[in-house]
Amino acid sequence: MTTLFTILFDGVAYGMLLFVLACGLAVTLGLMNFVNLAHGAFAMTGGYICAVLVNNQGWPFFAALPLAFVTAALVGVALERTLYRHLYTRSHLDQVLFTIGLTFMSVAAVDYVMGSSRIFIKLPAALEGQFDFFGVGIGRYRLMIIVICGLLTVALQLILAKTRFGSRLRAAVDDPRAASGLGINVPQVFAFTFAFGCGLAGLGGALSAEILGLDPYFPLKFMIYFLIVVTVGGSSSITGPFLASLLLGIGDVAGKYYVPKMGPFVIYTIMIVILIWRPNGLFGRAAAR
Amino acid sequence: MSIRSQILLAAGSVAAMLALAPAHAQDSIKIGLILPMTGGQASTGKQIDNAVKLYMQQNGDTVAGKKIEVILKDDGAVPDNTKRLAQELIVNEKVNFIAGFGVTPAALAAAPLATQAKIPEVVMAAGTSIITERSPYIVRTSFTLAQSCTIIGDWAAKNGIKKVATLTSDYAPGNDALNFFKQNFTAGGGEIVEEVKVPLQNPDFAPFLQRMKDSKPDAVFVFVPAGQGGNFMKQYAERGLDKAGIKVIGPGDVMDDDLLNGMGDAALGTVTAHLYSAAHPSAANKEFVAAYKKAFGQRPGFMAVGGYDGIRLIYEALKKTGGKTDGDALIAAMKGAKWESPRGPIMIDPETRDIVQNIYIRKVEKVDGELYNVEFATFEAVKDSGKTKK
Repeated sequence: MTTLFTILFDGVAYGMLLFVLACGLAVTLGLMNFVNLAHGAFAMTGGYICAVLVNNQGWPFFAALPLAFVTAALVGVALERTLYRHLYTRSHLDQVLFTIGLTFMSVAAVDYVMGSSRIFIKLPAALEGQFDFFGVGIGRYRLMIIVICGLLTVALQLILAKTRFGSRLRAAVDDPRAASGLGINVPQVFAFTFAFGCGLAGLGGALSAEILGLDPYFPLKFMIYFLIVVTVGGSSSITGPFLASLLLGIGDVAGKYYVPKMGPFVIYTIMIVILIWRPNGLFGRAAAR
Repeated sequence: MSIRSQILLAAGSVAAMLALAPAHAQDSIKIGLILPMTGGQASTGKQIDNAVKLYMQQNGDTVAGKKIEVILKDDGAVPDNTKRLAQELIVNEKVNFIAGFGVTPAALAAAPLATQAKIPEVVMAAGTSIITERSPYIVRTSFTLAQSCTIIGDWAAKNGIKKVATLTSDYAPGNDALNFFKQNFTAGGGEIVEEVKVPLQNPDFAPFLQRMKDSKPDAVFVFVPAGQGGNFMKQYAERGLDKAGIKVIGPGDVMDDDLLNGMGDAALGTVTAHLYSAAHPSAANKEFVAAYKKAFGQRPGFMAVGGYDGIRLIYEALKKTGGKTDGDALIAAMKGAKWESPRGPIMIDPETRDIVQNIYIRKVEKVDGELYNVEFATFEAVKDSGKTKK
């Protein structure tokens, strides 16, 4: 019985991590209708920034995390203003070609600067190991992931639903022309949203180095997972990708534990079943725009 | 530029190439070095490339009066690329050797070309037993997986390890490692209590490790591709398998010198069997490690040694043939070659053209603040059991 809880706990942590990594993609894809396959590159940026700060500069881990967020967001906003902006009105194929190209460039650049081998972030001792909670093994690091990601999710949902910025964003997405007619600075709203999504990816990248491993191929390796989260969750809200991440995380961990031979397929099976049942994802809009 | 001047230029450059080519081919010996310099196996390629450069720096680039020229090509560990590059090197560049080969499929892809062109193929990395059987022109200076896996199986069975859970990546080398280990370990009276094959692209070991922990073995036998070893060790410690008294054993690939320091103290105490450790206590190795560190700023791993010995074998063979580049004569010169490598004494088996070497049992310890595989037992002159059993 306690093993079941440990599995559940690991699954939730894994799912939360997927969510933070992928929710920026849900925002750009779902809210801004832009296909950004380079999303993983921003996650990798955050991861490497954190690794360099902690390993080489001797920063404490918790101080490096916000900086991973900020750097990835700044890189995001710089690219949005210079490159992405021109592609908003182009077809999805153009966007895919452009962003996958960007992904390959980031892979080559990081390989050149940092080398191709996997790197690790030195963690404070307080985050290492497991403790026993009524017989259930709880990993300290995974617990921290759940706490951070849980808080982030609540904050995101509140921002989107309750604040003025959230309503502006939703208005700008639904009908950019009417929104700018009402005096909303649509490009600015998009730039800010894009940067925030990139920042979250950066934070996710820094957090995931310990569990998923960090190397220059990160953006390509995990692109599939991000896309699964967004397709399964539907891209019209934050709740959809969140539930999808949890479902996939728990499904993946439990599947690998109980039926190791089938392990890698569980996540895809879940995706196929859900998409047959609801082709637009769990919380997708009924009709495409 | 007008069309006429373009044609003139093109004609001129072709003429220039034709004039240069034959003079070039006569007084130099060309080695086509095909390695993964990009992609997931890039660290293998870089180590071998470094080691070849180092050897040539130390020993000069002339052998038997001929200049050695190395042409490096990147195949990204994709066998189709390897085949195309090998063909280009042989047909266009007229190389006298092909060498390198980061992974088994790459070495196999080039094998028919070596046979056809009758030139030696020196395998410096790939480790599956069958490789040398695929062409009479293949010679190997790296290792075979069977060498380290059978030895660790024997050692574990004799050293109080009764129950083992295995965790291996689900691809050809992983399955090889598992089978060779299982064969020798169970023959020695051991028992496999849990057998898990993890997908090659595996982001998270957590569920598999939990399964290992629940099956309560004395040790976990692990074989994962080099880059994943660090993640495995970290999660192994995070999950408390070390505190539960479960040891980690395996072939030494997982504890590559290249990656060992990044793994952190979680790796301490891991026992592996392998051909080389940067901490090997011989004068030849100390000199090699010092020179390598000075030139490239990091310590060499077993891949670097495979490359270092590979280029040395080519040099020695050329010395014996007096600079003649006939493929059969070169292979004959390589058979039975014996020398003191940084890893210890090695020999090219005259029958199989595979390497015969010592396999060391090592334990990860801290030496001067850095992690090293410290050798504590030696199995001498181990042949590739993947072949001798036939």
